[in-house]
Formats: sequence, structure tokens, C-alpha cells
Amino acid sequence: MTNKLQRPRVLLVDDYPDAREMYSEYLEFSGFDVVEAGNGMEALQRAVDTAPDIILMDLSLPVMDGWEATRRLKADQRTKAIPVVALTGHALAGISEGAKQAGCDAFVTKPCLPEDLVREIRKILDGPSSSIAKPRRSGKHAKTS
Amino acid sequence: MPSPHAALLAVGAQRPARKGRNGSYTGVPRVRVEVEEGPDDQGQLIAARLRLLEGFVGRAELTDSANLALQWLGEVLGISQSICLVRPPDETSLFVIGTYGLTGSAVSRFSVSLEDWGNPLVSAFANRKELFFPAPHSASDRKRRPSTPFEDSAFHVLPLGISGFAEDAFGLLLVGGSTSFQPQLHWFTNVFSQKLDQILRQQTLADGDRKQGRERSLLYNIINAVTDPILLTDAEGRLLIANARALTLFTASEEESEGRRGAVRMNNMLLSSALSSKAIEETGATRRELLLVNPVDGSDLVFELLSTVTEDSRQGSGVVSILRNVTDLRRASEEIEDNYRKMRIAEVQARAESDRLNLIIDSVADPIVVTDAAGATSLMNEPAERLFTIPVEASEIEQRWVQANDAHFSSFIAGMLVSADQRRVGEIGLSDPKTGEAMPVEAIAGKILSEHGELTAVVTILHDRREAIEKALLYEQLKQASDELERKIQAATADIAQQNELLRRQAIELEQASALKSQFLANMSHEFRTPLNAMLGYTSMLLQGVAGECEPPVKRQLGRIESNGRHLLTIINEILDISRIEAGRMPLQLSTFRIPDLVNEVKSELEPIIMRSKLNVTLQLPKDLAPISSDRQKVKQIILNLLSNALKFTHHGGVTIAARRNLAERTLTLSVTDSGIGIANTDQDRIFEDFRQLDNSPTRAYGGTGLGLSICRRLAQMLGGRISVQSQVGKGSTFVLTLPIKGRK
Repeated sequence: MTNKLQRPRVLLVDDYPDAREMYSEYLEFSGFDVVEAGNGMEALQRAVDTAPDIILMDLSLPVMDGWEATRRLKADQRTKAIPVVALTGHALAGISEGAKQAGCDAFVTKPCLPEDLVREIRKILDGPSSSIAKPRRSGKHAKTS
Repeated sequence: MPSPHAALLAVGAQRPARKGRNGSYTGVPRVRVEVEEGPDDQGQLIAARLRLLEGFVGRAELTDSANLALQWLGEVLGISQSICLVRPPDETSLFVIGTYGLTGSAVSRFSVSLEDWGNPLVSAFANRKELFFPAPHSASDRKRRPSTPFEDSAFHVLPLGISGFAEDAFGLLLVGGSTSFQPQLHWFTNVFSQKLDQILRQQTLADGDRKQGRERSLLYNIINAVTDPILLTDAEGRLLIANARALTLFTASEEESEGRRGAVRMNNMLLSSALSSKAIEETGATRRELLLVNPVDGSDLVFELLSTVTEDSRQGSGVVSILRNVTDLRRASEEIEDNYRKMRIAEVQARAESDRLNLIIDSVADPIVVTDAAGATSLMNEPAERLFTIPVEASEIEQRWVQANDAHFSSFIAGMLVSADQRRVGEIGLSDPKTGEAMPVEAIAGKILSEHGELTAVVTILHDRREAIEKALLYEQLKQASDELERKIQAATADIAQQNELLRRQAIELEQASALKSQFLANMSHEFRTPLNAMLGYTSMLLQGVAGECEPPVKRQLGRIESNGRHLLTIINEILDISRIEAGRMPLQLSTFRIPDLVNEVKSELEPIIMRSKLNVTLQLPKDLAPISSDRQKVKQIILNLLSNALKFTHHGGVTIAARRNLAERTLTLSVTDSGIGIANTDQDRIFEDFRQLDNSPTRAYGGTGLGLSICRRLAQMLGGRISVQSQVGKGSTFVLTLPIKGRK
């Protein structure tokens, strides 16, 4: 798909408009085609309609949360091949595990700088057959000052 | 003894001139025999005399001799009637031994009692006096005459006795006839008397012999009847007399068995050796023990030998020995001795027992009184004496107390004696004689019965109840106090239970509150991050010139926004970590990994900071360090924290990270040593507290939340390890992390 379209398409699911707009702007700036969704239900619809190369899924969402949306995406023949990267501000243990069980391929903890997110997306898209990225702690860069 | 015949002949030849004691034949007319007148008559007379003497020879009986003599009187001297009377030995009467010319029962019944002193015949006998009684002419004449078979005929009385000897007459010769007394009669009475005397003497002698024989056999029977052996031995020890029992011991015939003869020989030897010892000669009579053999069965016999020396002038001295069988006696005496000994032992034991009993009784503190069946006191120990006996110098009041005690006790015992109970327990109200204080006692009395079931004694033990009563009182008080206490405790317990319930509820509430807090913190951190995320994101975009390049002063100001935003993020993250640890929501995820790999990973992550600090970071990690089992993420967080702290507080010099394995403790230590500012001793504990930085001022020189070491210590404890610090101000610090090689779950 990356080959077919010059700009890979990213489905960005987040209910917080500032964050959505920020990532969207940076992803466009970094050469991605961005489709946005504000909740799980909308995400399912957009995923079917636009066939993105990758989905960035916030987990705490109104109408339908990210876990449920991911489960449905992975259960749908049309969308199950699309990698899903969980994107959450919840840092409590068990969150990432729950996300994996729901079918997420990678896990990114907010706050996540736009350039870090882009690096993560590229890694998954360029990686061998959409390998699952290692979950990473977000605090690593905060240790230094 | 001279022959009687020779005497007769001699007397006949001598012409006897016998006279009465008074020297004359008063009242008796002399009768002369005609043979004296002519030589022929003389020859005839001698022939007649010889005939009588011959007749006497061979006659040993009184009657025979008397009849012959009286017949000779009748035939030779013509005396037609005569009677001869003799006093037998030991008799007090004269009895007829011969008659001539007289018949009838009067003759055979005739006798003269010598105790009839009025009888002239007795007088004639006693005085050896010849008498003549002429035929009576008147009644008075007849009265003076003795009663004889001659009745009214005249008769002569001639005493019979040995002439020449001052002996009593032994008989009387009564001859009838009024004629004058014939001279021949003197010769006759003389010869006849001698003959009768001879017979009488022989008879007496024979009687004596018979008597002696009887006595001897009686003596033998007596000796034989004695069951003890009796022996008479002569001076040489030869056996003279032995009784039947002695014969069985000391004689044996040839027919006896060899064994029996041997025993007899031995007995003889033993006896003679016993008798020959000098002891007999010296003392005359001795008692000693003699051991003999019973020839019948060979058993030992013990005798007591009693020997007496008898002196006999005719037969020489001899030894009379009496053996008394003391075999049984000795056995009995041994038994008696034994019994006596046993008795002594028993007595000693009984005394010891009694002494001990007394000791025991006296040592008992409770009064003990023993009373007999009549109720009288037979024994009491010292404590009882104090109650029931009046002391020597007792006051009147003391005496009264003792008497009262005695009366109370006596009535108790009296009740016991009349009752059928074997035991009786009662209470007696006594008084202490010293003080008069009431002294209630418990009396336990028991009857002692003999083996026949008779009551012999009553033993009473008195027990002072004062202490028990006092105790009971105290116990009651104690019980009340205890009840009170229990009530209080129950009340307190109820209180505590209520409070516990309250606490439990509070704990639940707290737990809920804590859970709510954790949830709140988690939510808060999420809520914090979301805007922070946008702020940092846009700042980063501005700095990258996404919306066009900025002027350098703007860039510098954007940089400040970014660094402060990151600091805020760190604070939020660390608060989140602590709240997760406290809420127990940070589970361990054990894996096996190598410490050198982890240290290198941390070092490369911090490489930009290391580069900026221009410090030397040296690793001293042994190549063969074995992998450990722990939570990799948490260990990494600790190392990251320690290393970044070291870099933060060190301005020159370097930082060394070293690892080492302690086999004995099965631990691994990782030390981070810096050459930084150091920590004072007094502060070394405080650095692990929450939100603690030594410089607490708002404008402190070093960044950081102050939560890092606190989190590290908590994480190390979760992993079963610990963190310690050694430091000197101005020289540097060494933080040591110790972890178990095999982490706990």
C-alpha cells in the first residue's frame, strides 16, 4: 500500500481535538495522509471507508472505547490486516496487556512527542511484515534533566 | 550265834536255878519229881528228857513243838491238862499255840490281851511271875480268877522266856492240877522256852529276809521304772548295777547286731571317760553333759550326767550315775532361747515402731488424741496437750478454757463411742487456752477395733479451721473482686469489640479511600498528561520549524518551555510510580537476564547526558557474572536512577559502576561510586525519604523531584534486596544495590 500511494495513510483516533490536530499536522508535515476519528465507532467506519495503512488508537474514547474498537477491527476480514498502535495516557500496569489482548500490534504511552510517534509508525511500516513493536516506557527521556 | 541245842544240853547239865525278879517263887508250891530219889528213876528221867530233846530236833513249827512238849508233860509228869500261849511278833495278845487234855471252842477261842492290865495272867507275863490259882471256894475267889479254859479247876501259870537274859517273856504255860509244883517243870519250861525262843527267832529271821527281798525287788522295780538310766560303778569303773534303760545303752548280747554292739561299746567308752575324769574325785558330785548314741536307731542322745561318789566301808567306794535325757530338753531350751530372741527382736522392733509412731504423732502439727474404749485419754501429741492439759503456771482463766475444751472434746468422744459409725467427722468449738480466742476445729475420729471386733481405741485428729475459714473469707472477697474484674473486662471487651468493629469499618473505608486515591491519582496523571502532551508536542513542532523557522531568541524561550514541561512530566510519572507501589498495583515480572547487558543498556540511554557532563563512566563488570532472576524493568529503573543521580551531583572526576557476586549470601551487589559532592552522615538516612532533597529551598541548585531514591528503595525491597549508601562530604558517594540472585515471586 505504501508503494501504491506515495503517502501512507494514517487513521488517527483520539477524542482530544488539540492532540488530534497536533499529531495530524505533524504527520501531514512528515509526509503522511491523515484520516481522523473522534471515537471508536467513527474509527470503525473510517477504517472500512479509507483503508488506512496504520491506525493510531487512543484507548479512552467516548461512544466506543479503543479496546472494543480494536477487537472489532481485528475481527473484521476487511480491516484485520491493518496494524493498530495503542496510544494512551494511562500508565497503570495492565493497560498495555489489555491492549495486546484486544489485538493491538504496538503500544505508545502519551505524552509522546510528535517526532517520537512518527519514528514509531515508520518502524512498524518499514519493519518486516508489521512486526509487533516492543512496548516502551514513556518516562525514559524524563529521567534526565 | 551259839547252837540252841548245845545251850539246852548245857542248861540241863547245870541245874538251872532260876529265880523271879524279886528273887523268890512266891505263892507257888514246889513240886518235886520222884526221879531224883532213886538211881533207876534217875535213868528213866534222863531217858525221858532225851526223848523230849530228840522230839524237839527236827521240829521247826511252834504248834508242833508245843503239842509235843505238852504231850510229854502229860505222859512223863502226869499233867493231864495244859495250854501254851505265845505272843507272836508285833502282836499285842497271847494266842494259843498248843493244848493238851482240853477240848471245846473255849480253848480255840482263848487268848489274852496284853492291854488288859487287870488280868492276873498279863501281870504274870509282864513280870515273869509264876502263879497258882486253886479251885475257888467262894464267889469272891471266882471273881479274882482270870477266865480260862480251866474254869473252876486249879491251875499253875508259868511264864516262858529265856533265862539269863534280861528279856521279856514271850509266852505263858498254863498247867492244870492242884498238886504242888513239880521240880521237873522248871527244867521243862527252861528247855521248852529255849525251843520256842529258837523257833520264834528263826521265824523272825525268815520274816526279815522275806521283807528284805521284797524291798530289794521293789527297789529294783522302782529303779527300772525310772526312764533315766541309773548306774552304779565301782572305783575301777566296772558296772555293778544298771537299770533297764541303762542296760539298753550300755550292754548288748552276742546276738545283737554289729551296729548296736558298736554303739554300746562307744557309749561305754564315753561313759568311762566321763567318769574317770578327775572332776568326780574332786567335787564328789557333778553335773555335766554326756553325748551318747542311741543303739536302737543310731541317733544322738544328749544326757545330763549326775554322778555321786558313795563311800561304803564294806564294799569300797563307787559312783552312782544318773543320766537325764536332755535331748528334748535341749531342743526345747534351744527353742525357748530362739523364741526369746525373736521376742526380744520383736520387742525392739515394737519399741522402735512405737518410738517412730510417737515421733510421727508429735511431728504432726494437728492435735491428735487417742482415747480408750472407756473414753479416757491414753495418748496425745504435743499440740493436743496445749489444748487439753492445764499448763504448770496457768491462770484461772486459762484453766477454765482448758476445762471447757476438755468438756467439748469429751462430749464429742462420748457421742462417737455410743454411735455405730466407724468414722465420724464433726466440728468442735474449742478455744485457744492462751488467748481464749474461739478456735473451731474439724474433728476426724476413727475407731480402732481389735481382731475380735472389740473397740480398743478411738483416734481423733483435730484440724484448726480458723485458717480455712479465713481462707474461705479471703476466697470470697477474691471471688467478688474477680467477678468485679470480670465484669469490667467484659465491659472493656465489649468496648474493644465495638471499637474493633469501628476500626474494621474505618479500615475498609480507608482501603476504599486508598483505592479511590490510587484511582484518582491514575486519573489525574492521565488528565495531566493529556494537556501536557499537547504542550510538549506543539513546543517541539515550533522548535522544529513545522510552521516556519523561529528567531533564535524565540527558540531559546521555547526551549525553556520544553524543559519545564518535561520536568513536570517526570514529577507526574514518579508520583504515579509511588502511588502504584503503595496501591500494590506494580506486580513483579520475573525473568532471567545478565546485569552487564542491563548496565550497558542504561549507559547507552544516558549517553547524551554523559557526553554533556564530560565525566568518565567506568564499568567494572566481570565477564563470567552469572545471570540473575529478577524483574528486569524495575532493576533497570533503579540503575538508571542511581547513575543519573551520580552524574547529576558530580562536577569532575568520574563515575564507576561495579558488579560482584556474593556466593555465600547468594546475592549480587552493584555499586555506583561517584566523586561528587557527597552526603553528610547525619543525612544519609533521610535521602531515602519521600520528596527529600538535601537542599530543600525553592531555588535549589539541582533538579529532580526528590522521589527517585525513595522509589529505588521501595523497588529494591519489592525485589527482596536493599540499597545502602556510604559517603563523605566533598569526596563522593557509593550507592550499593544488593539483590538476591534468585528473586522472590
